[in-house]
Amino acid sequence: MTILALNPLVSPDPGLFIWSTVAFLLLFFLLSKFAWKPIVKALDERERSIEDALAKAEMAKQEMAKLTSENEQLLKLARAERDEMLKEARILKDKIVGEAKDAAQLEGAKMLEKAQQEISSQKAAAVAEIKGKVAELSIQIAEKVLRQQMADKSKQEALVSDLLKDVKLN
Amino acid sequence: MDLSHIFNLKKSLHIAFCAVFIACSSLAGRAQEHDNTNDPHVTRSEMNAPHEEKEEDISATILHHIADAHEWHFWGHGEHKVSIPLPVILWTENGLVAFMSSKHDENDHGTEIFEEKGQQLVNYHGKYYYPAATKDAHGAYVALDENAVPNNAKPFDISITKNVVSLFLSIIFLVLIFTKVAKSYRVREGKAPKGLQSLLEPIILFVRDDIARPQLGHRYAAFMPYLLTVFFFVWLNNLMGLIPFFPGGANVTGNISVTMMLALCTFILTTINGNKSYWGHVFTPHVPWWLYPLMIPVEIIGLFTKPIALMIRLFANITAGHILILSLISLIFILKSVLVAGIAVPFVLFISVIELVVGFIQAFIFTILSALFIGMAVAEEHVEHH
Repeated sequence: MTILALNPLVSPDPGLFIWSTVAFLLLFFLLSKFAWKPIVKALDERERSIEDALAKAEMAKQEMAKLTSENEQLLKLARAERDEMLKEARILKDKIVGEAKDAAQLEGAKMLEKAQQEISSQKAAAVAEIKGKVAELSIQIAEKVLRQQMADKSKQEALVSDLLKDVKLN
Repeated sequence: MDLSHIFNLKKSLHIAFCAVFIACSSLAGRAQEHDNTNDPHVTRSEMNAPHEEKEEDISATILHHIADAHEWHFWGHGEHKVSIPLPVILWTENGLVAFMSSKHDENDHGTEIFEEKGQQLVNYHGKYYYPAATKDAHGAYVALDENAVPNNAKPFDISITKNVVSLFLSIIFLVLIFTKVAKSYRVREGKAPKGLQSLLEPIILFVRDDIARPQLGHRYAAFMPYLLTVFFFVWLNNLMGLIPFFPGGANVTGNISVTMMLALCTFILTTINGNKSYWGHVFTPHVPWWLYPLMIPVEIIGLFTKPIALMIRLFANITAGHILILSLISLIFILKSVLVAGIAVPFVLFISVIELVVGFIQAFIFTILSALFIGMAVAEEHVEHH
């Protein structure tokens, strides 16, 4: 103390020392209780919440990316499936069309055959009918000829030839 | 490029010019001081003193300005003095004596003994002493030593001085500011900071992230209140010291009693928090055993030099800044020309701006070194030495 007391500028003043100690301790306790504690706590809490929010955002981003890639995968699968289905459908269509064509051809052939049969049967019937008619006409002619013959022989002959001229067998 | 070169040259010429003047004036003052050791108060008592004594008066005035006082002086002398008187509280041989400083401040040459509660006292240059048995050559009841400081016995002075008032003002400001900030944290919970809160938050975070955490590691939280208090206390008082008028102007952090108190707080915290490895370093340093008689005293001295360095550093930096500003202003009176103000005032402005930075830096350094010392005391040793 005697060394320090050489210059009044560097000699500590006990009164001021006591008062500054009182003031500083008072300040320390007041600020610790009413300022630093809530401030430091609030800062820590805010930092924690920011970190949480950032972590959550990162997680959400990853989730999003995962979902997107899944979606893409799904889309790709769906597209492939659609292509497959379309292909199958085309094949099926071709098959059905082919079958239908075959069936139609078969049916057509059948119908044609039937028609031909019908035609030929009709024709046979017609021929038979004509034959009948011809026979009837022949009989009638023969009858008439016979009757005319009975009356006049020349005339009978003329008639026969006339009749024969008229009648044309197909 | 050329212009800036000229400007720099001019500036350095200015600096050199001023440096020469300061050196000359301080040398002159010193020489004068030597001449006047046997009657130092002549300069104060005689207003019509010759030129040489006026210069001596200036260094006394500067020291007077950075010293503590029993009144808050504004301007004027004697009859025209404007000041706030402050209570003087003395613990004397006759018990506690208290009076306002204005009561006994007309005669501060120690030539008049006054009595307060039956206790005889003299006022010598604003300080109170028990009167010496005999008068000296100038009729003062003081016995001066070689530094012109009275040898008289002193009552124990616990007055509310200018520095004490300034201290209490600063703690009132700090408490008001930070309770307001704390309140805004409560009111605006989970929101972005605003106003005063957003101004101070970066500084609080600076103390936490750049001072406490690097030095103290995960134990930083326990010491945050102390470090924050020290930082803002030192910083605010540094800044208030730069304001030339009320409520600033007191040289609180440039007073060794205050810096001693702060350094002592750090010392006490370091000592009571010192762990086994810290004391182990002091009493069983990692040197060969035969070096112990040398090393242990060195380590023990080291315990005390750290807080003393803290104390001196803050005191010297702030005091030096004040002296520099006052010296530059005093150039006007030394050269007795108002034209000098054209040089002195810009320099004062320049130094004041530097002092603003120094005020922050010194608060930072005091806090970071406190954190460092505490950190050294609480650090765990990672490697086992054998």
